[in-house]
Amino acid sequence: MLEADFILKHSLVPKHEVMSDTSVERLFKKYKLSKDQLPRIKNTDPVVDAIGAKKGQVLKISRDSITAGKAVTYRIVV
Amino acid sequence: MIGMRIVQKKIGSVEFGIMTPEVTRKMSQIRVVTPDTYDEDGYPIEGGLMDLHLGVIDPGLRCKACGARMVSCPGHFGHIELVRPVVHVGYVKMVYTLLKATCKSCGRLLLDKKELGQYKEFITEEEREMDEDAALDIIQRTKKSNKCPHCEAKQPSIKLIKPTTFFEEDQRLLPSDIRRRMELIPDNDLKLLGINYKVARPEWGILTVLPVPPVTTRPSITLETGERSEDDLTHKLVDILRINQRLRDNIAAGAPQLIIEDLWDLLQYHVTTYFNNEVSGIPPARHRSGRPLKTLAQRLKGKEGRFRYNLSGKRVNFSARTVISPDPNLSINQVGVPLPVAEELTVPEHVTEWNMANIKEYITSENYPKANYVIRPDGRRKKVTEVNRPDILEELEPGYIIERQLKEGDIVLFNRQPSLHRISMMAHIVKVLPGKTFRLHPAVCKPYNADFDGDEMNLHVPQTEEARAEAWKLMLVQNQIISPRYGAPIIVGDQDFVSGGYLMTHRDMSFSRRLAERVLVAAGIVRPPSPDLPNDRFSGKLLFSQCLPKGLNISYENKMLRRGCKKCEKHKCDEHDSFVVIRNGKLLRGVIDKVSYQGILLDTIFREFGAEAAREFIDKSTKMVIVAMMDHGLTISVSDYEIDEETSKKIDAVVAKSEEEVNDFIDRYRNGQLKHIPGKTLQETLEDNIMAILGRARMDSGEAAGDYLGDKSSPMIISRVGARGSILNVTQMSALVGQQAVRGGRVLRGYRNKSLPHFKDGDIGMRARGFVEHSFYDGLLPVEYFFHAMGGREGLVDKGIRTAKSGYMQRRLINALQDLVLREDGTVRDATDTVVQFVYGEDGVDPMKCYGNNAIKVRDEVIYYDEVDRGESTEFEETGGDEYD
Repeated sequence: MLEADFILKHSLVPKHEVMSDTSVERLFKKYKLSKDQLPRIKNTDPVVDAIGAKKGQVLKISRDSITAGKAVTYRIVV
Repeated sequence: MIGMRIVQKKIGSVEFGIMTPEVTRKMSQIRVVTPDTYDEDGYPIEGGLMDLHLGVIDPGLRCKACGARMVSCPGHFGHIELVRPVVHVGYVKMVYTLLKATCKSCGRLLLDKKELGQYKEFITEEEREMDEDAALDIIQRTKKSNKCPHCEAKQPSIKLIKPTTFFEEDQRLLPSDIRRRMELIPDNDLKLLGINYKVARPEWGILTVLPVPPVTTRPSITLETGERSEDDLTHKLVDILRINQRLRDNIAAGAPQLIIEDLWDLLQYHVTTYFNNEVSGIPPARHRSGRPLKTLAQRLKGKEGRFRYNLSGKRVNFSARTVISPDPNLSINQVGVPLPVAEELTVPEHVTEWNMANIKEYITSENYPKANYVIRPDGRRKKVTEVNRPDILEELEPGYIIERQLKEGDIVLFNRQPSLHRISMMAHIVKVLPGKTFRLHPAVCKPYNADFDGDEMNLHVPQTEEARAEAWKLMLVQNQIISPRYGAPIIVGDQDFVSGGYLMTHRDMSFSRRLAERVLVAAGIVRPPSPDLPNDRFSGKLLFSQCLPKGLNISYENKMLRRGCKKCEKHKCDEHDSFVVIRNGKLLRGVIDKVSYQGILLDTIFREFGAEAAREFIDKSTKMVIVAMMDHGLTISVSDYEIDEETSKKIDAVVAKSEEEVNDFIDRYRNGQLKHIPGKTLQETLEDNIMAILGRARMDSGEAAGDYLGDKSSPMIISRVGARGSILNVTQMSALVGQQAVRGGRVLRGYRNKSLPHFKDGDIGMRARGFVEHSFYDGLLPVEYFFHAMGGREGLVDKGIRTAKSGYMQRRLINALQDLVLREDGTVRDATDTVVQFVYGEDGVDPMKCYGNNAIKVRDEVIYYDEVDRGESTEFEETGGDEYD
């Protein structure tokens, strides 16, 4: 198995997905955000490599939460 | 204030560097030449250290630089031209490194072309900066050879005699030589060492000109005798100027080199101590009295320095501090303020045409609620005195502000350190009382974590209408009844209030009319209900109901509930009074205990009837209950823990049986018959089993003792009801103390294969490993006493370490999170508007508001209390003596 698959299948690594341009736009509009106000993720992060995200793309990260059920956050690749 | 424009600007960058001689001269208003300060008339000498160009500190004089008078002139720098350069103590380290890393004749870095090539990009790229590690690496490399790779010059070794004297081999290096060498080093080579040559040329670390700080930073003080006493910094500057002058004269007179160097060294000493009087290697400069001088570094450094003392820790006006003591007659919203404090603290009141009469009363009054000061519309403040009272009354008009003494009904902030959470500071309403201490209701001890063994608290008086309004609405005690941390009540009656509630609402309790009236009046209720028992008697439940809000409907299990009692489990037990039913504010069934006071009952009142009603409940019920309890009485003595022969035989039997079981396990362990639990070693399995057996032994014997003491005995009442102590405490006093633990297991420390010399080698029986089979009532054997002390000490040490560690961790966490803001759109953002969380806490839950659908959380808290008090907790959870730390 590739290293990337190991990372993505690990139980402690939440689901990361690259967002489409339109949904990024919607996100920015909803929270009145600019790119530099988004939480960041380094492009050297193994997950970024594994899902093949590029600099400037926004990732949607959904993780399980004991209290909320599911918690969603967004990070921009820098 | 209105119409003031807010200018928002962002700081782009901040640059630190070494001040250049040019800058020093440029910002200087005057060159200081004379070491004198004032002439005989007390007038500042021109060209002296108190020159009028440097600012004014005498009233009536004008600054020659800016023309302003005393307070309005900020002061200006001057400078001293040093006859010979001296080393700046703060840069000795840098200078030393550079001397060693560069060539003495060509000034280049002692690296050959090849090595330099590796770092080429740092030289060519303008913006590229060297990081510290790489710079250190380069410095290491320069140490390799003693020949310059550029000009082949031989490099002698450089030595530093602390703090500021340099030697080359055995030849003294004078600061002027050093400065010349520093000048030789090329800019690019400095860059490689992580030095930004634009702001920090190394030769600037050797001083040729010294800035003289404004007189406003070193004001002289006039003593009662009329004598002037100069600031330490001025003294130091005088020294520097004197030596500078002597050095100049000697050079001019052509004195021998030796004398010149001696004077030069002296100049170096004075300049060094001027910057820092605690440099190691040289004696600190002293005042005539022998006190070391407080020079520049000493002004800033340490606990009493500018940063920690004046900037991080500012003192405030309109505040008071004194010892606290309890007063259950107050409302939880109140704070008792001693009269002397109320007389000193003031509240500003604006004079209008409508309150004129009222204000005039304050001015006229000669005692307590009077005005201390009057502030005129132009901002002038005047103390109200016997003499000027009529004048003030005359001139008083709208627009004036008077500062009147604190009086009953004012709102103040009350605080106890350490201020760990927001409820460490709450708003109280003043009640002026005789005495010297602040008084507070015992129910507000919990949020402040206060007790009355000498605790002191602070009080602040808000000075503006806005501040008072915010205090009322946001900080008033009654609005803080629910903890924002876990959503359950935190301002609660405890201890005697809980046992009082139990005694009062107990089914056997009845009150005569006389007593009932006393109880009700204590709570401020003047209309007694009609008696519900024969012979004009009242039940406690009826009286207690008088402080419940009308319309309250609730039913819940209380702590009296017995598992195993069939009726209890069906919520129908009248004998144990274990199910509380309240209908329309009437307590119909069930006894009031900790669950009611600190859990669902108070919670429900707060949630459904509001803060005001919850406050009223606490105020009334605590007062009522105390009267009822004082009449009934509740005492505890040693004899309350006495058990009879039969019970102690039972306990002995329990211990004997446990010993048998333990020995059985030990035998099986030795014979190899014991099977280990998966994931544990055989020894661990044995220990687990023994601990379980001994734990059970303590439970069983505790139960036996409890059965004997009975529900009516004081120790059992207070622990069952949740007022104080647990069943475990009763067990330890009456039945047996039980297994002592060190490091989570049975005792085995100090000797090889045994815990104490009293035992045989390898004895793993229960007595040899810290089982205490006596009770505190019986008294412990010396060996048992020692085991108990071992366990007790561990608890103490752990507690100390835990609080220190977690305190520091919390501090750092708070520092990291303090600027985060919860926005209207539900996101959490930092100061730059960057999102930290898209949903607060990832679930958007405010624990303080969790109730109803989220009631689980509230109830979890209640269940938690239950568990601890049922004695399911382990030995370590409750360490006695917590209270007195």
